[in-house]
Amino acid sequence: MKVNSPLEVYKFLPQTNCGDCGEATCMAFASHMIDRSLKLEDCPPLLEDKFRKKYLKLAELLAPEIREVMIGTGEHTVSVGGDDILYRHQLTFFNQPALAVDVWDTMSEDELVERIKFINEYKKFYVGRFLKLDMVAIRSTSGDPDKFKQAVTIAAGNTELPLILCSLDPKVLKSGLEVVADKKPMLYAATKDNWQDVADLVMEYDVPLVLFSPDDLDTLKSLAATFLEMGREDLVLDPGTNPQGKSLRESFENFLMIRRAGIREGQRDIAFPLLAVPMTAYLANDDPVSASYWETVLASVFTVRYGDIMIVHSIEPYALLPELHIRDTIYTDPRTPVKVDPKVYEVGSPDKDSPVFVTTNFALTYYTVESDLASSGIDCYLLATDTDGLGVEAAVAGGQMTGQKVSDEFKRLGFDFSEMTAHNTVILPGLAARLQGDMEDASGLKVKIRPPDSGRIAGWMQNHWPPE
Amino acid sequence: MAKNIKLSELGSLFNDMDVESLEGVTIEGDIELDMDIGGGLDPQLAYMLGHETAQIAQHLINISRLLGYPVDQLFGSMAQAAVPGLTRPGQLLPSKFEVNKIEEWKNPIQEVILGATSSDGGTRKSTITLGGENALPYYFDSPMPHRNHITMDVFDMPIGMAKAVKVNYEDVIESPAEWAKKVVNDFGADMVTIHLISTDPGIKDTSPREAAETVADVLQAVDVPIVIGGSGNPEKDPEVLEKAAEVAEGERVLLASASLNLDYERIAKAATDYGHVVLSWTQLEINAQKELNRKLMKQCNVKREDIVMDPTTAALGYGLDYAYTNMERIRLAGLIGDEELSFPMSSGTTNAWGAREAWMVGSPLKEDSDWGPREYRGPIWEIVTGLTLSLAGNDLFMMMHPGSVAVLKEITQSLHGSLERDAVDISDWVTAEV
Repeated sequence: MKVNSPLEVYKFLPQTNCGDCGEATCMAFASHMIDRSLKLEDCPPLLEDKFRKKYLKLAELLAPEIREVMIGTGEHTVSVGGDDILYRHQLTFFNQPALAVDVWDTMSEDELVERIKFINEYKKFYVGRFLKLDMVAIRSTSGDPDKFKQAVTIAAGNTELPLILCSLDPKVLKSGLEVVADKKPMLYAATKDNWQDVADLVMEYDVPLVLFSPDDLDTLKSLAATFLEMGREDLVLDPGTNPQGKSLRESFENFLMIRRAGIREGQRDIAFPLLAVPMTAYLANDDPVSASYWETVLASVFTVRYGDIMIVHSIEPYALLPELHIRDTIYTDPRTPVKVDPKVYEVGSPDKDSPVFVTTNFALTYYTVESDLASSGIDCYLLATDTDGLGVEAAVAGGQMTGQKVSDEFKRLGFDFSEMTAHNTVILPGLAARLQGDMEDASGLKVKIRPPDSGRIAGWMQNHWPPE
Repeated sequence: MAKNIKLSELGSLFNDMDVESLEGVTIEGDIELDMDIGGGLDPQLAYMLGHETAQIAQHLINISRLLGYPVDQLFGSMAQAAVPGLTRPGQLLPSKFEVNKIEEWKNPIQEVILGATSSDGGTRKSTITLGGENALPYYFDSPMPHRNHITMDVFDMPIGMAKAVKVNYEDVIESPAEWAKKVVNDFGADMVTIHLISTDPGIKDTSPREAAETVADVLQAVDVPIVIGGSGNPEKDPEVLEKAAEVAEGERVLLASASLNLDYERIAKAATDYGHVVLSWTQLEINAQKELNRKLMKQCNVKREDIVMDPTTAALGYGLDYAYTNMERIRLAGLIGDEELSFPMSSGTTNAWGAREAWMVGSPLKEDSDWGPREYRGPIWEIVTGLTLSLAGNDLFMMMHPGSVAVLKEITQSLHGSLERDAVDISDWVTAEV
């Protein structure tokens, strides 16, 4: 965005402090525009005709440096790009890199359907939600338009995820588009050799497009400038992902340079989302385990440094799990610690004989404990103590979790042990063992200590519950 | 006084003025368009000229519109045609990509040498230099003078390890010296870290003197620089590390660690007395790191070239977001001139093995998709944890799994630009049969 102070935004607001946006003042609203936690559309008066000019000007000033490109339709639409910063702590990165898993047109129908089913359904629980895959990239390995059309037809019939149609032959791309243009797939790719025919396709079908110019940024910029001239804004750039050695270092530099030019120097004709192809690891490694390992390494590098879409090949969980986690790591909003509401949660259907566990309100800790208890079928109460989002070990060390504090927390939340339980017992985490005496004194309860890892609670219960 | 302006400037003059139309304005004189178009026109030039002409036309149309002339009705589709977006150029628009280096990165990261050879009064075969960077790692702004290094963990007693790690050390788990030899000779460790965990009063309460003997054994067994770690017990560590520093006199070891929750003055004094480097360890807090570094320098008189920082490593999926951002902020602050933060950094990458995904047989959650075999899952957890921090500015990695060490070395040296590998043709990756 071209503005960085709320005052600059304020100039364009109605300045009536009407409160329709939910904020007390227009200045407060302006500061939320800068940190991108509210949108222009959240100010109803600004949408009125008389403010149209201000609205348009403000929209232009607030537009992210890197364009945001939408791929697909409906609830599975993927947005990529839209970033304003080079370093995570400056604000946050928006729009997690989309993970696209490949399929290809020489697969048998059964294989294709099975792989797409896997891509659709793959999920990993993490802090209260599931990490998932986002897109399917269909590669034409045959070069045959009919075969490609058939593969695209089967793929589209089996997934609602957005598609990337991959071929450097415009005839092949066209045959795919004829089937799925209404699903707004992304085309891969226009190059210096095929761009005129691909340009006709994007004009006719109005779909997002990748520009591919391996190891040649002058040509990449020329392609971008040319498509911009044609009015195409929904572009994604692929400067090439070399899998090894010094050329990998050059690919890394290319990603840095393009993003720096777009964000720091405001070069609009290169300020597009970037696509990385970690699957080039398979061109450099024959052994499938080495290849998938290296693919994970490349995906991690380009997740940290500016890749907005990744095309990957391996569906081995040891490759997918870290890829999903690293992008969550880099794209978690650093402005808000990941925490849950401090309260006494019910796991299953607890009654008076059920145990009462304590943990912290750090989301990762809470959800780990909660899911362990639930998956072991333990009916219980679980207190998420307010530790400002710190885990148990840090909270005990830093004094955010003390016997007195946990005891007070139960009282504040209206959880009365004499009323809710028949055992007057509370169970602290193993990492908070040293709070036992303190907690007994503060609460008058019997205090038990469970194992440090909540995965072992089920086994522990066999010997320690019910209390004697 | 009359002022000449260009047509294009006339348009932009009105841009912000809410002008709907101009009244009572006349344009005097001729509007000249000089174009010398010779024969044998180059198609690209023709395209460019066409483009220019169209832009001029667009400006003229805009002005006519401002003057209240009914352009749109009159020209209809012709005026539309001048709007960019509906034509396909005949040639790629020529363009050159350029980007500037970052000028604010003026303050190099402190160089710190670990280990001492015979000429420096030690017995190491060679030394390792950390730091010296003038840019974020692997950035083109400035060459990175030293590659990243890996120190592998050795413990002074058998410990619990993830199965995928343990299988590599079963034969040496009783002997720190043999363990040290194995990581250097078989697994390519640049350095060895000897963790004196048995000294913890809650574990074996080994005496500082016995612990120092273990250190002497390790120094004897390998000729790479070493790191000496305590048990993490804040009461016992100062005493243990003092004794260890004494026995390692002249070897320029990295003493791990000085922290705010123990008597860091004693650690600092042991390092300065016996010629070692201090590891300044804080927990994910940039201001605490500044405070400790300042205290080491000002209060304990530790020289700048004798400090390495450990701002704490949280594992992938278990707080790596904090660790990554903390390190990146520290490195950026150092590069632009914060003298209290411009030190090389070390990471306890081994922490990655604490993550469930690294060691558990499978997900405890039935809704999760299959986690796959942990033998492959574990090492990659350590790799991705280290790799992420290497991009944030980390210089030294403390690691455990030999496979992870090999891959992390490969990627960090590739990014460093120091690895020769065949170039691969990626222009046709789409059709690859893999």
